[in-house]
Order: sequence, then structure tokens, then C-alpha cells
Amino acid sequence: MDAILQSAVVFLKETYQSRENEYQGQVTVLLAMEHLIDALTRLRDEFSFEMLEMETAVDYWPQISPRFHIVYQLCSLQHNIQLRVRVPLDGNSPSLPTIEGIYPNANWHEREIWDMFGIRFDGHSDLRRILMPADWAGHPLRKDFPLGYEEVQFSFNFDEISLRKPKPGK
Amino acid sequence: MSNFRETNIEELRHLVSERALSGETMLLNMGPQHPSTHGVLRLLLELDGEIVQNCIPDIGFLHTGVEKNMESKTYQQAEVLSDRLDYMNSLGNNLVFCLAVEKLVDLDVPERAQAIRVIMAELTRISNHMLWIGTSALDLGAMSLFMYALREREMILDIFEMCSGQRMMTTYIRPGGVWRDVPPEFDKAVRDFTNIMPKRLDEYETMLTKNILFLERTVGIGVISQEECIRYGITGPILRGSGKAYDLRKVRPYSGYELYDFDIPTRTGGDVNSRYQVRVQEVRESVKIIVQALNKMPGGPVRSNNRKFVPPPRSEIGVSMEALIHHFKLWTEGFKAPAESVFVTAESPRGEIGVFLEGDGGPNPYRIHFRTPSFVNLQIMPQLTRNRFVADVVGIIGSIDIVLGDADR
Repeated sequence: MDAILQSAVVFLKETYQSRENEYQGQVTVLLAMEHLIDALTRLRDEFSFEMLEMETAVDYWPQISPRFHIVYQLCSLQHNIQLRVRVPLDGNSPSLPTIEGIYPNANWHEREIWDMFGIRFDGHSDLRRILMPADWAGHPLRKDFPLGYEEVQFSFNFDEISLRKPKPGK
Repeated sequence: MSNFRETNIEELRHLVSERALSGETMLLNMGPQHPSTHGVLRLLLELDGEIVQNCIPDIGFLHTGVEKNMESKTYQQAEVLSDRLDYMNSLGNNLVFCLAVEKLVDLDVPERAQAIRVIMAELTRISNHMLWIGTSALDLGAMSLFMYALREREMILDIFEMCSGQRMMTTYIRPGGVWRDVPPEFDKAVRDFTNIMPKRLDEYETMLTKNILFLERTVGIGVISQEECIRYGITGPILRGSGKAYDLRKVRPYSGYELYDFDIPTRTGGDVNSRYQVRVQEVRESVKIIVQALNKMPGGPVRSNNRKFVPPPRSEIGVSMEALIHHFKLWTEGFKAPAESVFVTAESPRGEIGVFLEGDGGPNPYRIHFRTPSFVNLQIMPQLTRNRFVADVVGIIGSIDIVLGDADR
């Protein structure tokens, strides 16, 4: 492990009691939600993780505690190191603070997570759906959202299938 | 038919200025069906006369649920969908998907396969930049370049067809190597192309680089600084056009890029013209890489010998019981990946493409997320277009080089 990355991981461990996991040379740190803003700000300012490469979520349904992991992939261009931070999240209507103030490009990533997983970001400037239609019901990437399919309509059964087709907003 | 729901100005109140609410400035939709938005991108422009006050991008018209669909497929089946994300960079997407799977299951790739992958990825980059130069010049009024640029792209697609049987959605790069070895005619076809390409690029440059009409439409338009780029996570030609020599092929080499000698072209203007120049120079560098890879192409197998992940060759199936079992298991169940996660990145023509892949011990990806360059780069549209003319918006969209399949996934 790179020396600067090592010092960042040790810092997170000592200050926030986080747990670390290394797989194939990639380091993941498990961080509690209440330390998120503080830890990311200090990682950016003191350990020069200037860029947020990616932010996404993973759903572990039917497990409820924790049900989600929010994954932040940070990158330091200066030292060429990467660090992944995971934040576990409970329950069915979860929320956590936005990191838009630290990394502005989290804006769209968090809109996508809200759209796909239904996780609210407190303090987000523009929390609307981004990929799905605005009147879509449900959050598609949750594991309890069915994959679904569309029945093929022919002229002899067109009306019959139209009746049971899912309609947006219902 | 379902009822259409109208978007209310109240919903967008936090995005537009007070003047738009009173009707002093005009709100105008550009797209989703607009030829210069390169796909189905909708821009909500707030206009004061012809000056853009604010620009609100609206994406998602091409959302196909690739990530959700992949969760119910095996790793081999899911790869087919990766072509369809960024349909201009299909082999580059195959490559980054395969790199992620190989990292997750710890699979080796033979050297010859790595060299073939590099050639294919660079050819894809050139074909993407050719389409980009054609369409962007078309947006700015240079009509004829489009036909010339597509002529070269056609040569590349013929090479892809020769190797994989498909022109665009090839799925040629597979976990553990490539589908099969390149045909004997491959070497000559690629060399013909690399001999022609630099001369053709010179022709394009005479048409554009010093063209006064082109310069007036591009110099000083859509300026973004290096610091702003890094803050917004912007990568690729936009970052390099702002003066930062950041290319993942150099920074975090993959698939044997460290073996080749090439430069990272940069410009310091940060405007549309700088991005154009960076892309043209990138094509020249790609040609250099392809020639080097062809010259020192190693021999040997093109697929890994690890039978737990890579199906055996057809010839073995008839004589070996074990090979038959492996073949059957791999194509009915797929291979299992550990319950860990990896994040793998590669340099796509548009910037950094990344795959976040998490396994659960079974044959399907538990969660796969594509960090796509178009999605991230499109976020700076408001900053780039503020206080510019509507006509410049067209040039700026072109210079970001978006593919909506990439942004919407």
C-alpha cells in the first residue's frame, strides 16, 4: 500500500474508528454516517483527494440493518492513489447528508442514487429524478423492484393487453 | 395511452432566476429532438435576448436499465450489454468490463491478447474521434468534413467486421482474452489504415485548424479552468485541453499500455478550440500506439488457459471429457465471483470510464455501476454556456463530445 494512502487509512481508523478492507490492492474504508462530512472534508484538504470519481449505492435487501451501502470513490491526482469509502445505511426510507459542498459533481450522482434507490440526501440543492420520468413510481435499482417485461401486442389481443399494461403514476 | 404530465415552472423555481418567473427572460427547450444535441439531450435554456442566462440539462431519454438488466445475467451474458452503453466506444467498454471481471476473479490475460486489445481500443478511439470531428464541424457549419471523416471510420469498422463479424456491437474482447485470434489479413488492413490516417488528418487540419470561420466559432468559447475541471471530476480531452496531462493510459496503465511510447497532448486554452486540437493530436498518438503494437505483437494464445473461467477451444471438446464439462458448466451456469468489490478505470475517448463491480459468490454481478464520462462531463454545461450566445451552445455540446447512451445507461 502506498505510504500516503496508508497514512490516510490510519488517520480514518484512529479518528473515526473505521474498518478497512483490502482486495486486489484496492482499499475500502467502512465509515459511520455521522462522520461522513467531516472525514471527506479532511481527506480532501489534508490528504489531497481532490476528485470524486464516482458515487453510487448497493442494496442488500432483504437485509435491513444495514440495507444500503453508499460508495464514494475518491482519487488523488497529485499522488495517484484511490480510496473507496462505504457508508452503511439502515431502513426503508433512508437519508444521509449530501456531499455536494465538498465535491460539486456529487450533485448528479446523488440525484441518480435518489432516482434509483430512493435514498434522500439532506441539504441537496436539486433533488429531482434524473434518469427515470418525473412521475415514475418506485426506485428501479432496489432489489425488491421487479425487473419486469413488456407483453408483445398483436392486433387480435391489443386492447386486452392494453388494459393490464402498467401505467406511469399508478 | 397514458396521460402526459406537464412540468410546472414551480418545480424548477430553484434553478431559474427571478426574472424568468416574471416573464422577463424566456425559457426555451432545446431538444430532445434537435440535430446538434447528438442524441436525445434536452437543454432548458433561460434566455435574455440571445444570451444564455442559465442552462439546465435534462437527460434520461435513452435510459435502458443496463445496470438492472446485468444483475440478472451471468458475467458472459452481461458483457453483451456493455457494448450498447457507449455505442461509439463499444470495444473500449468491453475492455473495461473485462478488466473489472478479471480483477474480481483474478484471471490472467495472455500477452498477445493484451496487444490485440490495445490495437482494438485505439482503433475505437480513432473511429470515435472521426465521428466527433465530422459531427462537430457539421454543427459549426463545415458540411463537407463529415463525409471525409466517415470514410476513415468506415475503414475501421471493416477491420472490426473482419475480426469479429460485427461492425459496431462486437463483444470481441472477452474475460480472459479475446473471442478468437485475428485473421491473417488483419495485419495488412491495419497497416494500410495507419499509413493513410496521418495524411488524412493533415487534410482535415488544413480545412479546420487555421480556418478563420472555425476559429471565430471556437477560440475563447466555453472556457473552463483546470481547477474547475478537477473539482467537477471532468476527465479526458476537456481536462487535457485545460492544461493537465492526465491520461489513465499513463497514470494507471492497464492492458500493457506501459510498453508503448506515446505522448499526452495538452493545450492550455481550456476552450472549444483547445479540445479540438487535443483530439486531433490524440488520433496521431493512437496511430503511433497501433504501429508499435503491431510491430511487437507477441505470439501465443489469445485466451487464458484457466478453464474455470474461459471455455476450452472447440477442438478440445471432442477429445476431452473434462473440456466438455467445463464448456457445459460455463455456458449454462457461468463462473462464480467472490463477494468483494472492485473499481476499475480505463481511458475512453471521452474521459475516464469506470466499472464498479460487486460479486456475491454467485454467477451474476450483484451490483454493477458504470461511471461514464458523458454523465459526469455534462454537468458543467451551465458553467460553460453562461453569458454565451445560443449559437455557441451548439459548439460547446460538440466539444464535450457526449454520447447519450453513455450518459443515460
